[in-house]
Amino acid sequence: MLQELDTIQVAATEALTNATDAEALEEWYRATLGRKGNVQQLSRRFGEVSAEERPLFGKRVNEIKTALQQAFDERSAAVKREHIEGLIAADALDVTLPGRQPRRGALHPSTLVLRRMTRIFGDMGFQVYRSPDVVTDEYNFEWLNMPPEHPARDMQDTFYTTQENVLLRTHTSAGQVMAMREYHPEPIRVILPGMCYRNEQITARSEIQFHQIEGLAVGTDITFADLKGTLTEFARRFFGRDRETRFRASYFPFTEPSAEMDVSCMLCDGAGCKLCKNTGWLEILGCGMVHPVVLRHGGYDPDVYTGFAFGSGPERIAMLRYGIEDIRYFWGNDHRFLEQYS
Amino acid sequence: MRIPLSWLRDFVDPQLAVDDLAELITNAGLEVTAVDHLGVAGAPFEWDRELVRVAHVLEVQQHPEADRLVIATVDYGGPAPKQVITGAPNLFEFIGKGDISALALLSPIVLEGGTYLDHYKNAKPTKLKAKKLRGIMNDAMLCSPVELGLGEEHDGILLAPAADWRHTGEAPEAGTALADVLGDSVIEIDIIPNIARCASILGVAREVAALTERELTPPSFEVKAEGPSFEGALKITTEHPELNPRFVAILVEGVEQRPSPLWMQHRLQLCGQRSINAVVDVSNYVMLEMGQPNHAFDWDFLRERADAYAGPEEPVHLITRLGRSEESLTTLDDAEHKIPQDTILVTDPAGNLSVGGIMGGRNSEIQGNTTTVLLEAAAWNFINIRKSARVLGLNTEASFRFSRGVHPSQAKLGALRAAELLRLHASGTISQGVVDYQPLVTELASIELSTGYVNRRSGLELDARTIARCLQRLEFEVVVLDDDRLEVTAPDHRLDVEGPHDLLEEVCRMVGYANIPETVLADSLPPQRGNPAIEVEERIQDLLAAAGFQETISYRLTTPEAEANTRVGPQCAAGPYVTLSNPSTLDRAVMRQSLLASVLDAARSNLKNADHLSLFEIGHIYIEDGGSAFGENLPSERLRLALILSGPSRTGGWDRPVGEPYDFFDLKGIVERLLASLHVDGVVFETAEHPSFRPGRTASLRIGDQSGELGHLGELHPTVVEQLALRTENPVLAADLDLEVLIAATQTSFKIDPVPLYPAIREDLALLVDSGTPESTVQEALEAAGKPLLSQVELFDVYTDDKLGGKKSLAYHLTFRAANKTLKDKDVGKLRRRILSILEKQIGATLRS
Repeated sequence: MLQELDTIQVAATEALTNATDAEALEEWYRATLGRKGNVQQLSRRFGEVSAEERPLFGKRVNEIKTALQQAFDERSAAVKREHIEGLIAADALDVTLPGRQPRRGALHPSTLVLRRMTRIFGDMGFQVYRSPDVVTDEYNFEWLNMPPEHPARDMQDTFYTTQENVLLRTHTSAGQVMAMREYHPEPIRVILPGMCYRNEQITARSEIQFHQIEGLAVGTDITFADLKGTLTEFARRFFGRDRETRFRASYFPFTEPSAEMDVSCMLCDGAGCKLCKNTGWLEILGCGMVHPVVLRHGGYDPDVYTGFAFGSGPERIAMLRYGIEDIRYFWGNDHRFLEQYS
Repeated sequence: MRIPLSWLRDFVDPQLAVDDLAELITNAGLEVTAVDHLGVAGAPFEWDRELVRVAHVLEVQQHPEADRLVIATVDYGGPAPKQVITGAPNLFEFIGKGDISALALLSPIVLEGGTYLDHYKNAKPTKLKAKKLRGIMNDAMLCSPVELGLGEEHDGILLAPAADWRHTGEAPEAGTALADVLGDSVIEIDIIPNIARCASILGVAREVAALTERELTPPSFEVKAEGPSFEGALKITTEHPELNPRFVAILVEGVEQRPSPLWMQHRLQLCGQRSINAVVDVSNYVMLEMGQPNHAFDWDFLRERADAYAGPEEPVHLITRLGRSEESLTTLDDAEHKIPQDTILVTDPAGNLSVGGIMGGRNSEIQGNTTTVLLEAAAWNFINIRKSARVLGLNTEASFRFSRGVHPSQAKLGALRAAELLRLHASGTISQGVVDYQPLVTELASIELSTGYVNRRSGLELDARTIARCLQRLEFEVVVLDDDRLEVTAPDHRLDVEGPHDLLEEVCRMVGYANIPETVLADSLPPQRGNPAIEVEERIQDLLAAAGFQETISYRLTTPEAEANTRVGPQCAAGPYVTLSNPSTLDRAVMRQSLLASVLDAARSNLKNADHLSLFEIGHIYIEDGGSAFGENLPSERLRLALILSGPSRTGGWDRPVGEPYDFFDLKGIVERLLASLHVDGVVFETAEHPSFRPGRTASLRIGDQSGELGHLGELHPTVVEQLALRTENPVLAADLDLEVLIAATQTSFKIDPVPLYPAIREDLALLVDSGTPESTVQEALEAAGKPLLSQVELFDVYTDDKLGGKKSLAYHLTFRAANKTLKDKDVGKLRRRILSILEKQIGATLRS
């Protein structure tokens, strides 16, 4: 009997090495350690063993059971591991194949620039004021100190409508007097984004419609130095902390003094390059102290109130920022242009 | 305006390199758009200072071997005179005249190794080499203007008397570097309206003098009047002194028609003006130099007419008046103009002579035989000149200046300057007695200014003396009244000074914008109202972009026809269009009334190279209905949202095909998702009609009981697809929504449901209803009948079959849940029976077995 035990152990151990999958292992278990397995069956023949051999027989049965169980566990673990390894080996991917692209959505570049600008000015207390595209001559010109036949009217080719005295605004400055009349005599800090229109030839550099963003601050103690400080801070937040600004004297009928703000070229850092036409500077916005005539039309006494205004073109800034060489891309709505902003 | 540096230096010496000068004046508001160099360092063609010189022609001899060549002996500043062979025809007249050095004729010379522009090789820069010309060695060249980049002339060498090379008359010594005589740098300035006073060399010189604090030396306005008295020979009448406040005339007799001196021609050329003859050149020169346009009449012509209209003893009578109906005038450029009635003319009783301040007339202009010139310099109203120049389409150098404003004080100075130059350079004799008719005197602007005014607006802290000094630099007269107040009078060349704000600007410019500090706004902050509507708008943009939609921005100008093309059937424009009276092109003639049409236009162009489209646009539409808050003539501007969706619902790839084409329910789902994200409750979709959408696949959107329509959603009408020639086989889904209604309905604060504590029971229910019953009716009935335990109703199948006998089957997943206990099957069973009984009563629904 004891010898039979040894034979079973040797045979079972060998059979175990041939079990290479879960099914074979189960089969082996049933045949060996299961209720009807040969180890179990042999142990039931305990009665056939002589009395003196019984202790030894019992001990050997337990040893064999333990040994085979351990061998089974190890083998099971190995088979499981081999199975997973086999799966992994068989299902390897070419990870260099292209990924599947979800549909791309994006905001228009003008929206992106306008939002960034409104956010920065918003932090400084300038809130968005919406004003209409179609306005009267008074809002666009006369109340901005440009009476009929004023030479500055030549600087902007205007679209007129068939309604007398009604035109498409040529600049967002047309909203200045609207905001003033709504808010006076409170102090004002607003920005006016919007579409403007000029009767020009459409070329790579000029368009019949374009966005502007106007800023207006009115109060009792607002200075040209405040204007410089506010716009320089804007330029640094928008274009980068190490940008320099330069204010040049300029002319707008609705501001006096008037200035152009240039920002040191971000491409060459002011050294001179193609982008800045070798000047080291990029023209970013026009600005100035609100002209007394405009304040008066807005309902503010120019002896008491002072203010500044500025205006900038988001498309021009987008062109600088993204290296866009043709302004016609903006309203062309070609998805191959637009989806690059996603 | 082009400013040759040498000319500027007549009046001020900035003592700055040209680039520094350009930067200085740019920062002060005279924007320099270009700096050109001629002959000097930095020029495209530089004259070598050693090898390109001025030579004195001493003698001219015939070349012994060639009829068409001469040998000129010249002093070029070398140790001995040099013989130069040339074919210049303008030297032939001196052959055999012996020593002509007393004529003091100078010509530019290029020595061996120097570079010239070869006229016969497209002005290619060419190095001069010594070589034999018909047997005689030659190592230098006398040059024509074209060979030095000085102009187009190549009829002969540049040859002029020594006194004609410099405006001072000082003769250059033989051997002087040509660059020192004719070399120059030219600064080009953009004349914006507020610096009209700088549309002249002197005007720019004044600015430069002020900015650099150097002395200004204006030209001399002295004249040597040696002719007979002009008294009583000319009578002036101005019918509209406000349009023509001053009229100055001087008579110059014995004028010779000849070229102007070399230096004058050269300066005019640097400014972009062609030289004509001394009389015309002087007129242009004075205009460029001091900004006063002026005009020369043929006096004999005027006199002859006066003989006829008044008699030989009577004076010439010049009258400035407005045009009369049917009046026309032929101008110097030979064009005949119909004269507008509010254009001011210079006339005499016999007819008109010139368009005041704009252009002279053909009949009275200087002829080849004119010897007596009447010089006119007048002052005109700039608004009137602007209108006339625009209506007549005459943009002249004169109208450019007069339409921007030339101070009347300059008229007399201009006339004097021109008369003296005619005397000097056209042998004229100036008659005694200037006719200076000034019916309306323009007072100099006088303004009281306070230091407080300046400092409160500039952010500077200047005292009265410093402010005074800034203004004095610009020739303002300043009386410091006390520590705070100044009495300021504008100089007589400025028309643009009206009030203290103008003086503030001048003070800031003189201080330098760069020297004004940068401060943070310290003024009180206005009430911060925020702009909730814009916040919602931005959220909508973000939600749509995240859903894969591309934002477009379209032209807002279109045509009614283009918009009609996006609709089927009779016109249904929302109202009159905002129509341009001066459209730039025919396809941009009105402001749009349909945002959908804008996005469809973008769809059309994109479908040419893409099969998938998901676009949205937010923008205004414009309807001329007087609905604006800003004026009764103004249109209402409504903000809308349009969406387009078309093409495969999923991108294809290397291992799978593209998805099914999008259909109505894809776009509906996106809109529903958008509404849910905005917490807009109670939107009702109903079968509707819309001129752009396919009947049967069109829904209107309404918010609950509100009358305000949110808009429409649907599949594009097949006829519209055809009308727009959309290149796609797939359905095109679109939505056209009123963004203002949507924003108003958006809830930014909302209540959330608690997370359920007890498990749910899910059951399926298939119902048979009449096939015409809208699904939404069934869903609403289910939700109402299942309250409060039925927490979710989800349709998962729609089935129709002839066997169902005019019915359709709708199958739902129902989720039951109680907030306070675990439901038991018997609770649900009870409710289910109740639901079925209610639905049967309400909508005739039966359980499908």
